Amino acid sequence: MHHTLDIQDLHFSYPDGRKALRGVSLFINPGEKTALVGPNGSGKSTLLLHLNGILHGEGEVHVCGKELTTESLRQIRALVGLVFQDPDDQLFSQSVYEDVAFGPLYMGLPKEELTQKVRQALEDVGMAGSEERVPHHLSEGEKKRVAIATVLSMDPEVLVLDEPTAGLDPRGRRELIQLLRGLPQTMLVATHDMRMVAELFERTVIIDEGQVVGDGPTAQILAEPHLLERHGLEAP
Amino acid sequence: MVVTLLFILVVGLVRNGSWIAFGALFLGVLGYAAASKLGMFYAVRRSFIAIPFLLAAAPLPFIIPGPALISFPALNLTISEPGTIRFVSIMIRTFIAVQAGILLAATTPFPDLVWAMCSLRIPRPLVAVIAFMYRYIFDLADEVIRLMRARAARSPEIPGKGKPSLLWRGRVTGSMVGSLFLRSLDRSERVYGAMASRGYDGEMRTYSTFQMRGADWISLIVFSLLILGSLSLMFLR
Repeated sequence: MHHTLDIQDLHFSYPDGRKALRGVSLFINPGEKTALVGPNGSGKSTLLLHLNGILHGEGEVHVCGKELTTESLRQIRALVGLVFQDPDDQLFSQSVYEDVAFGPLYMGLPKEELTQKVRQALEDVGMAGSEERVPHHLSEGEKKRVAIATVLSMDPEVLVLDEPTAGLDPRGRRELIQLLRGLPQTMLVATHDMRMVAELFERTVIIDEGQVVGDGPTAQILAEPHLLERHGLEAP
Repeated sequence: MVVTLLFILVVGLVRNGSWIAFGALFLGVLGYAAASKLGMFYAVRRSFIAIPFLLAAAPLPFIIPGPALISFPALNLTISEPGTIRFVSIMIRTFIAVQAGILLAATTPFPDLVWAMCSLRIPRPLVAVIAFMYRYIFDLADEVIRLMRARAARSPEIPGKGKPSLLWRGRVTGSMVGSLFLRSLDRSERVYGAMASRGYDGEMRTYSTFQMRGADWISLIVFSLLILGSLSLMFLR
């Protein structure tokens, strides 16, 4: 198995000319849980949106050894589970079941397998039995967990999450951290939650103004207060 | 859903003044409401929403020629009998049809309605738009409430000073609507991203989870009978 992320010299500008990424190169090892930190507007979300081809910049993105091209796009979207920051964007269906089944449905799974996948994914995030509930009526923490279930149901090799703990109360946050700890996938998680970074991720990448400005074992990165402060971050 | 649409159609077709048919249809709706645990008069109360539209029919008693019922020589107005019958019939018809629609919406889970629309061969993109509208209309309403609260929090009134002009307030409201529109646009783009991430390729796919339950069969049979009965009443006359 080859569950890597490999980004080489990625540049991207928004249509209004704002440069969001200026030559990002990053290699994530199989099974590695990596945190992506940086101030607001540093390009974290933009980078994540490149990992399954929602945005296309200049440069190369390889996922699990495959280059991201127009031909491989659909395959790569099945490999990379990308969860958006706002769960109301992620959960767009009439029921939890339909939302979690959306990905597998497009992968062409038969109905029995579909139902099985949905049940398994909901169980993995601790939301078993909530198939018939309406996304709008879930609590914020439940929404976040169901949002993760919507990509787990596709059996992704790589999980890419944008601010999974933003807006959660301490209990919701704790449950989410436990959930992420238990998942085996390669992970790249953009976050401002430095305490979670210290607790959960073995590696931390700092990005600022569209460039990687720090990369190393989390303990080492967090031990450099000047580096963190320079890029608008603080140690937990 | 088909039954409701047919029902509404039949209610529309029943001849003016066939009070028996109206009575039977109305009883059917009432019975359905009672059986659905919504309370007999749930739909009756909500159907008053249709009253403004009835105004369009209000001139009918005056303009349809026929034997006079009451006349106001001073105003040069005459209320004619056929006109009145037609007006009252339209009123009852609207009433029953609106109630049937309300009952359908109130007793059927929205996903089942979406499924029904799909199986009626309503174009998929249109069904998808309706489904998305239903999913996000509450979020949109929440956003409006938050915007209004933020405005209210910053709209103090100092005793002795006048209120800002209507024009200015109108402009503020206008820009609120504008920002709401922009936010929705942004959201739609993010939702599209979330869909594309999970393999969406521009074609809506659904699967049916709908199954007829006992109550569905009963209401299907009862309303089919009612529809048939009213139709036969119409043709036997």
